[in-house]
Amino acid sequence: MTVTTAVRERLADLYAAYASCLDDGRFGEWPEFFTEDAWYRVVPRENYDQGLPLSTLSLKGKAMLKDRIYGIESTIFHAPYYQRHILGPLQISAGADGVFDVRCNFLVVRTKRDMMAEIFSVGYYVDKVKVNETTTLFTTKICVFDNDLIPNSLIYPI
Amino acid sequence: MSAWDDTGTSRIPAWVYTDPLVYQRELERIFYGPHWSYVGLAIEVPDTGCFKRTAIGERSVIMIRNRKGEINVLENRCAHRAMRFCQERAGKVKSLVCPYHQWNYNYDGKLLGVPFRNGVKGNGGMPEDFQLEDHGLNKLKVAVRNGVVFACFDHDVEPLEDYLGPDILSSFDRTFDGRELVLHGYSRQRIPGNWKLMMENIKDPYHPGLLHTWFVTFGLWRADNESRLRMDAHFRHAAMISRRAEQVTANVDTMVTSFRQDMQLNEPLLLDIVHEDWWGNDTVCMTTVFPNVIFQQQVNSLSTRQIIPQGPDSFDFVWTHFGFADDDAEMTERRLRQANLFGPAGFVSADDGEVIEFSQEGFEQDQAFRTMCELDGTGVGQTEHMVTETLIRGMYQYWRKVMEL
Repeated sequence: MTVTTAVRERLADLYAAYASCLDDGRFGEWPEFFTEDAWYRVVPRENYDQGLPLSTLSLKGKAMLKDRIYGIESTIFHAPYYQRHILGPLQISAGADGVFDVRCNFLVVRTKRDMMAEIFSVGYYVDKVKVNETTTLFTTKICVFDNDLIPNSLIYPI
Repeated sequence: MSAWDDTGTSRIPAWVYTDPLVYQRELERIFYGPHWSYVGLAIEVPDTGCFKRTAIGERSVIMIRNRKGEINVLENRCAHRAMRFCQERAGKVKSLVCPYHQWNYNYDGKLLGVPFRNGVKGNGGMPEDFQLEDHGLNKLKVAVRNGVVFACFDHDVEPLEDYLGPDILSSFDRTFDGRELVLHGYSRQRIPGNWKLMMENIKDPYHPGLLHTWFVTFGLWRADNESRLRMDAHFRHAAMISRRAEQVTANVDTMVTSFRQDMQLNEPLLLDIVHEDWWGNDTVCMTTVFPNVIFQQQVNSLSTRQIIPQGPDSFDFVWTHFGFADDDAEMTERRLRQANLFGPAGFVSADDGEVIEFSQEGFEQDQAFRTMCELDGTGVGQTEHMVTETLIRGMYQYWRKVMEL
């Protein structure tokens, strides 16, 4: 299976839509970027590089993603903030069965009320994306972040 | 330095959290004084030459295993020019070498040699009375109990077991009974608040059933759960031990607005709790060991949480999650899944960092402010319920004695 221009465009659209969904704070729509049994993982590079299994967040299945959104919107008390995702070019390689491996750098800038903007998280996505005729969905999304310390807490998805 | 103008500990002045002079005295008397600090788990340095860099207070230290299999804790500071020569977080080395002038130390911190000791072509060199044994790395006193490593700058510190006292020791041994541990990984966060606020957070059984919706709704931590609070004789350490309610049907009190009668998980696996024999009847045990560590068992999730202060208004909080060597794959998966509740993004932990930040902001804005920690009175003692702030008052009784404030 080759990475056609059409697939590249589909994937570019997916990442742009994903970023703007999060940056707009439309969290209710976020699980819709994933397949039913997808795995969403946020993991420090320290753990990822050493093969340590602990994640900052590890959500398996769309149902768990929905629970996270309920958590951030209704149960976890936190200061409000804006996110801005700056994504790098997509590095795409073809896998089997219409699933593509995609790697992409991210920079997430956080702006809290009454504060200057600050770099919140920097790293890269290690993703698997299933592309079929009508949908383009993440089956795996691993957000590996370089920043050794999380500035206090991580609430919204990245 | 500021003065505490009453004899109690229920009205804590704001400067306790903000004054740089108070903080300097804390570093000297508490972190560098006769108190045991957590440095890590023995499994983090499995073989000879394996090391992990961490910190006690603001001093950088290296935990390293020697040729005899013992664990040493050495200060990360070359005896020559004070360089913090170890910059990697962890690894395996043949010896410890300061790259500046290649002073070379063994795993016990002993200086093995220095270049040009005898000069070059008759020029220079160290003085005649130079002795390698006078210039080793600063070596801390170390105690290892059932795979957990503590260290202390003061070699006259009492034995770890005496330091913990029988009640806290039994909470410690409940999790760390000598079974082989397995490292799951780390989470690190920087929380812009005074380090003591994190100790207070885990000595405060009042908040979890209020702030943390999950705890109250799913019965993990509620004011009506059976529980007991234990301290050592000096009130510096504490254990909060409790039993999860099997059936959670009603709100604990109509004032508890975080209780959600109708809250259902889309994915019940997030709270797939399986009882382990070693728990006994208790489903949670949170142990604070003064000054720098919290041992967490909350259902199937296990971690150590290390406090590394960074000035009076900030600290790093390092979570080390682990399991046991005899966990099957399913239990490991369960521990990792329940880790979603904890850490910098955790359903019941992310907001602890947030409230600490906002408390610190409140302390900064008015030095004359005093807290009001008088839930269940102003006294200090072992307690058989959660509706109390006795553990916080207890810690400050000890703190005031050590700090002479």
